[in-house]
Amino acid sequence: MNASTLPTTLESPESWQVAGPQLRTATEESTWVRWLLVGSTLTFLTLVLFVPLAAIFAEALRKGWAAYFASFNNPNFWSAVKLSFLATGISVPANLIFGVAASWAIAKFDFRGKSLLITLIDLPFAVSPVVSGLIYVLLFGMTGWLGPWLSSHNIQIIFAVPGIVLATIFVTFPFVARELIPLMQEQGSEEEQAAVSLGANGWQTFFRVTLPNVKWALLYGVILSTARAMGEFGAVSVVSGHIRGKTNTLPLHIEVLYNEYNFVAAFAVASLLTLLALVTLVLKTTLEWRIQRDLEEAAKSE
Amino acid sequence: MKSISPIVAFTLLATVAPLLAGCGSSTAASKSGSEPAGAASSKEPVTLLNVSYDPTRELYEEFNADFAKHYEEETGTPVTIEQSHGGAGKQARAVIDGLKADVVTLAIAYDIDQIAELTGLFPKDWQKRLDNNSCPYTSTIVFLVRSGNPKQIKDWDDLVKDGVEVITPNPKTSGGARYNYLGAWGYALKKFGNDEQKARDFVKKLYENVPVLGSGARDSTTTFVQREQGDVLITWENEALLALKELGPEKFEIVTPSVSILAEPPVTVVDKNAAAHGAQEAAVAYLKYLYSPAGQRLAAKHFYRPSLKEHAAPEDLERFKEIELFNVDEVFGGWPEAQAKHFNDGGLFDVIQEEIASSK
Repeated sequence: MNASTLPTTLESPESWQVAGPQLRTATEESTWVRWLLVGSTLTFLTLVLFVPLAAIFAEALRKGWAAYFASFNNPNFWSAVKLSFLATGISVPANLIFGVAASWAIAKFDFRGKSLLITLIDLPFAVSPVVSGLIYVLLFGMTGWLGPWLSSHNIQIIFAVPGIVLATIFVTFPFVARELIPLMQEQGSEEEQAAVSLGANGWQTFFRVTLPNVKWALLYGVILSTARAMGEFGAVSVVSGHIRGKTNTLPLHIEVLYNEYNFVAAFAVASLLTLLALVTLVLKTTLEWRIQRDLEEAAKSE
Repeated sequence: MKSISPIVAFTLLATVAPLLAGCGSSTAASKSGSEPAGAASSKEPVTLLNVSYDPTRELYEEFNADFAKHYEEETGTPVTIEQSHGGAGKQARAVIDGLKADVVTLAIAYDIDQIAELTGLFPKDWQKRLDNNSCPYTSTIVFLVRSGNPKQIKDWDDLVKDGVEVITPNPKTSGGARYNYLGAWGYALKKFGNDEQKARDFVKKLYENVPVLGSGARDSTTTFVQREQGDVLITWENEALLALKELGPEKFEIVTPSVSILAEPPVTVVDKNAAAHGAQEAAVAYLKYLYSPAGQRLAAKHFYRPSLKEHAAPEDLERFKEIELFNVDEVFGGWPEAQAKHFNDGGLFDVIQEEIASSK
C-alpha cells in the first residue's frame, strides 16, 4: 500500500497544498449544521425540562399566592420537612465519613480487591431505587431474615424512621466517594509522604494536607448527596409504610397531596424541592469551576 | 505502618457513625411521637395506626377526629389515630412485612385473610367478630365518564366496544380493580346464561380496551380526571361520587350499570399489634364506632353505603341509586376461590393479559 501511494504524492507536491485547507477540524461544521444541533438541543431541553419546570410553578400558583402559602400551613407538611431533614442530616455526614475513608484507602494505597471495592461503591447507582428499598424489606421485614429477631426485641427498622434513613444512606453513598477518588488519585500521595517524613502524625497529615487539597470536591459530593437525599422517592416509598405525619418524607407527602386531589398543595411542595434543586445547580456549577482549578494545579505541580 | 492508622480510625468511624446516628434517630423519633400526647390527662394516651386502602382517605380523616373526641369523653383516654393509605394488596403486604397496624380497614376480605394466615396476628375467623361480615359500610362498582357522555356508555356492554378506552387499576395490587374485573365477569355470566367461555371472552375484550393498568384506585382516578386519559373509568361508587364533588359535577357524569357487584370492604383489629402497646381496647372501640349512628352517618356522608341506613342523613342516601347487586360469594364461591382462579400468579387474569400482549 505505502509503496504504491508514496510515489504519487511525491510526484504532485501541489496537491498537498490544495488538500491542506480542506482538512477539517472538529468544530468547522457549516452554519446550518451548527444551528440544527443547537436548535434541536434547545427544543429538546424546552420540551423535557423548561416546560415541566415552569408547569410546576404555574400549577402551584394557579389559585394565587395565598393558596400557595396555605399549603405549607399543615402539620403533615412540617413533619415531612422534619423527617426529610433528619434523614438527610444523618445520611450525609455518614456518607461524608464513609466517602473520605473509602477514597483515601483507594487513592493513596494499593491493596487486593481495590477494583472490586470501587465497583461496589457504584452499586447504588446501578440498582433501581425500588430494589434498594426492597433489600431492606427482605432484611428487616417480618418475613425477612432479621425481622422476627428485631420484633422480639421491640426494634422497628422498616416502616419507621431508621428504615428511611438506611434507604437514604444506601442511595446516596456513592456521591462523596465518586467525587473524591479521581481527584485524590490525580494528586497522588507525595505531599502526604513529605508530611510524614517531616514528622507529622496520621491525623496531622490528614487535616493539614489531604483535606485542604480535596475540600471543594468534598463539598461538591456533599451537595449532590444532600440533593438526592432530600428528593429520593422510590427506595423510601418502599420502606416508609406511608403513615402520614410520621413516616412521609417530602416527596412522599407530595404524592399523598396529589392523590387527595389537592393539586395546588402538591405542586407548591414540589416547587420547594425544585427551588432546592436550582440552588444545588448553582452551587454545583461554582464548585465544578473550583475543582477544575484544583485539578489543573495538581497537574501543574507534577 | 504509621500511615495506615488514620485509615483504620476512619474505617472504624465510618462503621460506628451510622450506628450512633441510628440511635440518635430512634430517640428523636420516640420523642416526636410523644409530643402531641403531652397533654395533661389522668390516663395514658394511646395511638392507633389504621392501615387502609385508597379511597377511604376523606372518610377516615373526619371519622378519626370524631372518634378521638368521643373516646376521650367516654373513657378519659386521649387517642391519636395515624393513617396509612395505598392499594389494598400493597397495604396488606406491608402489614405482613411488619407495618405495625392496630386496625386494618381494607378493600376486600381476601387481603385481610392473607394477613391472618401469614402472620397469625389475629384469628382466621376474624370476619365473624363484627356485624355484617365485619363490613360497616359497602359500596359497588360504577362508571365515571366525561361530561355529556360522548361515547354513550350505558352499561358493561359499552366497555367492550371498539374505540372505547377504559381506565381501571391492576387487580394484582388493587382491591377495587378486582371488584371491577369480577363485576364485568359477573355481568357477562348473567348475560350469556352462565357460559364461562363467553364471560372470559367478554372480560378479555374489555381489558383489550385498557391502555394502562394503574397501581390503585386513586392512581387510576387521577389518570382519568387529571391527566385526561380514557373515555370511562371503572371505579368504586364512593370514589366516583368523591371525584364528582372534588373536581366539579360539570366535568364528569356517573353511569350506573344495570347490574353490578356488591363491594364489601371489611375491618378488623390486628390483635397482637394492638395488645403490644396497650391499644386493644381503643382499637375495638374504634371499629365499633364505625357501626354507631355517628359512624354510619359519616360513612354515608363520604359516599359509602351504610349498613344501618336509619342513621344516615336522607340527602346522603339519595345519592345511592337502586341497582341490582350480586356478591362474590354467590357468583364466585367466595374470595379464596375467586382469588385462586382469577388473580393468583398464572390465574385467568394473567392468561388473559398474556393473550392480549401476544395478539398486539
